[in-house]
Amino acid sequence: MNYVASPWAVGIFVAFVAMVLAISYHFARRTKTAAGYFAAGGQIHWSVNGVAFAGDYLSAASFLGICGMIATYGYDGFLYSIGYLAGWVVALFVVAEPMKRLGKFTFTDALDAKFNSRGIRLMGAISTLLVSLFYLIPQMVGAGTLVTPLLGLPHEAGVVMVGVIVVLIVATAGMASTTYVQFLKGGLLIVFSLVLVFLVLSRGLTTAPDQGGNVPAHRYATVAVSDVTDDSLTVVDPAYTLGAVLHSGPLVFVRLEKDGESSYWKLDAATSVLTETETILVKADGTTLYNGAPKAEGRFFQVGNMSDIGGDADITLTTMDLLSFSAAIKSGTVVRWGKASVPDGTDHVTIFYQKPTSGSDVMAPGLKYKVDAAKGATTADRLNFISLMLALFCGTAALPHILIRYYTVKSPEAARKSTIVAIATIGLFYLLTLYMGLGAMTSGVLDLTNDNMAAPLLAKSFGISIFAVISAIAFATVLGTVSGLIVAASGAVAHDLMDRLSKKGLAEKKKVTAGKIAAIGVGAVAIVLGILFKSMNVSFLVGWAFAVAASANLPSIVMILFWKRTTSQGVIASITTGLVASLGLILLSQETFDLVYHVQATAPVPVSNPAIFSVPLSFLALVVVSLLTKGRAKAVIPAAPAEAEAVAAAEGAAAEGVEAADD
Amino acid sequence: MSHGPATEWKEDGASAYKTRLGVIMFLVYAAVYAAFILIGVFAPSWMRADVGSLNVAIVYGFGLIVLAVVLAFVYNHLCTLAERRAGKKEEIL
Repeated sequence: MNYVASPWAVGIFVAFVAMVLAISYHFARRTKTAAGYFAAGGQIHWSVNGVAFAGDYLSAASFLGICGMIATYGYDGFLYSIGYLAGWVVALFVVAEPMKRLGKFTFTDALDAKFNSRGIRLMGAISTLLVSLFYLIPQMVGAGTLVTPLLGLPHEAGVVMVGVIVVLIVATAGMASTTYVQFLKGGLLIVFSLVLVFLVLSRGLTTAPDQGGNVPAHRYATVAVSDVTDDSLTVVDPAYTLGAVLHSGPLVFVRLEKDGESSYWKLDAATSVLTETETILVKADGTTLYNGAPKAEGRFFQVGNMSDIGGDADITLTTMDLLSFSAAIKSGTVVRWGKASVPDGTDHVTIFYQKPTSGSDVMAPGLKYKVDAAKGATTADRLNFISLMLALFCGTAALPHILIRYYTVKSPEAARKSTIVAIATIGLFYLLTLYMGLGAMTSGVLDLTNDNMAAPLLAKSFGISIFAVISAIAFATVLGTVSGLIVAASGAVAHDLMDRLSKKGLAEKKKVTAGKIAAIGVGAVAIVLGILFKSMNVSFLVGWAFAVAASANLPSIVMILFWKRTTSQGVIASITTGLVASLGLILLSQETFDLVYHVQATAPVPVSNPAIFSVPLSFLALVVVSLLTKGRAKAVIPAAPAEAEAVAAAEGAAAEGVEAADD
Repeated sequence: MSHGPATEWKEDGASAYKTRLGVIMFLVYAAVYAAFILIGVFAPSWMRADVGSLNVAIVYGFGLIVLAVVLAFVYNHLCTLAERRAGKKEEIL
């Protein structure tokens, strides 16, 4: 798909970035202490913090990744929405108030509150850094994805731009500016997602989507054939001549020639019909043709529509509601698209072909995650599904950039209330994702080469203004989440490693400086990773980050709160086991072999999400090692009554006044 | 360098009650969530069963999101009541 920047889109985008930088500059002047830099002085109002939680959490994975996955796989993409929100239940009921009670700047503080152990600090910091980096990759990929249609710049430019802006935000004002950027972006994302869903429902559904009359509906051509054998056939229409028959597994494609131009078709042997496809042809000399023409010619057809609704192949339904929209899709057939890569002589062609799928399949699990044994799902497929849902459930309450937000409010009660605001806000957004995804799936707006673009392209079908605003918000989404992650990572380096691991500790000013330098370093690494992982679905990548967080962090957090026999050695063993097991299983999984290493081999690990193995292993390591080391390692400080902890803590925080708050 | 809380707050007399309540509500939600996964894995055809014009998958999925929000508000209400009760008790003492 060709993307051309519009001045309107560029203007809104620039205004957004300017506003974000102005917020950072404003708070930079008021951020002098470590408490101010890493925890916004603990003075953020719970309602602001709650929406900022939503801003942190509704990252590129949620907006771009989930909408893209629903647009591609239907209900299976919505499973991410369900799992992501369920994770907040763990955060609210189990983690929120105790985390606030025990910690100061980072989640390692809370882990270490009972033990004062250098080993816990070291492993907590390493875990924070690794999880943050894993979570940073999809955000940066999302940034690159957005900047192409918005500004007409290449992916790499988007990644570098986000990296530089975020480092500026974080290095100037830390958590205070990050919080207000998140608040702004979280609020805007919810409002404009509501607007987008309202527009989708108002336009309704049709079997010939024309993007509001702006782009004529494209009817994919069919050609009858006869005398079909393995390597030949006869085209009934004499205007076409047979070029080649190509095989890709069980699929058969045909190259036809007409008026000196080649085109590729998919054979349906049962009906002896060829159906038009979309192609990217890379010739031996390096020339790339899109549907037989150079990219500049823009020969792209509409992708994503319903071929029938309730059995009617020529129907338009307008002004729908949530129920009638879902029911109409369930009653019809959605044209999804498959992809095959085949050599054609010295050329190589990537063929995108239509896969009509019944609406009842689209609206139920199974198109991405195979769970039905009757349809060929294996035990590994089912474990994969369970593992993903476990990772999403357990991961939220263990994400460092979420956990540090508990330290930006005044009290445990405020932490709880801000979590509830977050759940309500995020829950509403996730309900909307289903309709944004299904809207993109059926509106003829999809880009077959990039499923992350589904939501912005859906917005574009309603006009350039809404597209510009949605894209700018999505870009701000990336900025905000990356800022939060970099604050978490820089806290791990400056507070957990440099300050508390060293015997003398750092002075306030030096700690802030160390945090800023760490932010620049982490930002640079994130830029490189964002470019390397360009082609992967951002929601899929976030699934990995959740698995690592759930495996490395959650068992320790839960057991420290609920099992009195937990020892510092047990916590260290749990974090180490969780990290090694989850990362090891990811690196040896089939998905990594296929999508990252690009090797054609059977991977030793059959599941692509490790949580089902690594989370129990991490729990087991904690229990076994704690029992073995019981008596050898006693807690240094009894489990923190609030006041004793608070007295020991308040240095610098009271002086820091980011904003007067009450709750 | 201390690693205690960054701000100061009053002692929380309702802490034990809130922890117990949180665990109970977590277990309730976890059970409903686990049932969703198990149905998906062991009886996927149930997910396709009609519920009005929708199906079990859509209704259950939406239900999980709405249930989380409802439980969150109930939890906050009960915690706030407990905190008020604990506050009054302290005043009397």
